[in-house]
Amino acid sequence: MFPTIEKDGRTTICLEGEVDLAVSPRLRRQILDILYTGKGLTIQLTNVEYIDSSGVACLVEAYQYARKHDISFDLDGVNQAVMRVLKLAKLDGVLPIR
Amino acid sequence: MNHAAENEAVENVIQVEELRASYRLRPILKGISFDVRQGEIMVVMGSSGSGKTTLLRNLLGLMQPDSGSIKLFGKEITQASPTEMRELRKRMGVSFQGGALFGSMSLAENVQLPLREHTQLDEETIRIMTRLKLEFVELSGYEDLMPSELSGGMVKRGALARAIIMDPELLFFDEPSSGLDPVVSAELDQLTLDLRQAMDMSIIVVTHDMASALKIADRIMVIDKGELVISGTVDEVQNCPDERVQNLLYRRPRKSSLDAEEYLRRLTQA
Repeated sequence: MFPTIEKDGRTTICLEGEVDLAVSPRLRRQILDILYTGKGLTIQLTNVEYIDSSGVACLVEAYQYARKHDISFDLDGVNQAVMRVLKLAKLDGVLPIR
Repeated sequence: MNHAAENEAVENVIQVEELRASYRLRPILKGISFDVRQGEIMVVMGSSGSGKTTLLRNLLGLMQPDSGSIKLFGKEITQASPTEMRELRKRMGVSFQGGALFGSMSLAENVQLPLREHTQLDEETIRIMTRLKLEFVELSGYEDLMPSELSGGMVKRGALARAIIMDPELLFFDEPSSGLDPVVSAELDQLTLDLRQAMDMSIIVVTHDMASALKIADRIMVIDKGELVISGTVDEVQNCPDERVQNLLYRRPRKSSLDAEEYLRRLTQA
């Protein structure tokens, strides 16, 4: 499980290092388990050094689920490394970035 | 997976030393040595029969050289076990000259094949990753088409999507522009540059297309009759006085170096 912060009924998952094929299945599970409860969710990406397509796919699926069920979801601390990948995937204007 | 930390100690993703390879006793590669740095686009050029394809096959571990060393990510592949090669191949992507999409699978099924073979990802993640890559190569909406229903350019772009579906650190791109019009070829050039810029991917491009090479290359290596003529920047290659390089740059036919006696002997020997 990735570390989380609970505040004012909202969960923040704090990611760091590489978010790739090795960890994305676990991340996906954790994100969905939180969203299933209906709680608002923020993904904190400040300390992410690298994110691959599987990591991006987790974010996309999470955002789509959240929108469908009217749950608050956003990304925080999108650094340069993450933004480059989001731009390549044409998601920089699609995903909710704080 | 980005092996950045591991790669820091291995600045070169490819290191080749004195590579020799032959086919039916005929020497094809005659002691080639070169390296490719992380995040670099290296273009490999040479006339037909120069040894480019044999070089590529050796780098991919598809054939064993006669002698010499090939290191990928610091690991010697000429002595690697099948398991070790399999693990290395997960870090590499290959886009073959003809595209090589399986005719019995849809575009999407072709693109996601490496994920099904190498990962345990769930269906939703596979679907999104496939669509992300199809969007990148501008084939969104075509995922259910069969390869026979795609144009040559679309097949090439589909093959690229498959080659990068696992975000490889090292990409081999074999003749990406062959059979394509200049507009589509330029689009592929831009995709190549975008990949390197965003993913820090190291990319080897084997091509005859000089315009493309000059546009995308960090370095160009020219091979002629199995020998490395030059490996240098675009400026260094353009200023290289070697006739073999100049012929390639300016599309000049090679001068015949036929020996009259030898020719007569070949024509008339029983």
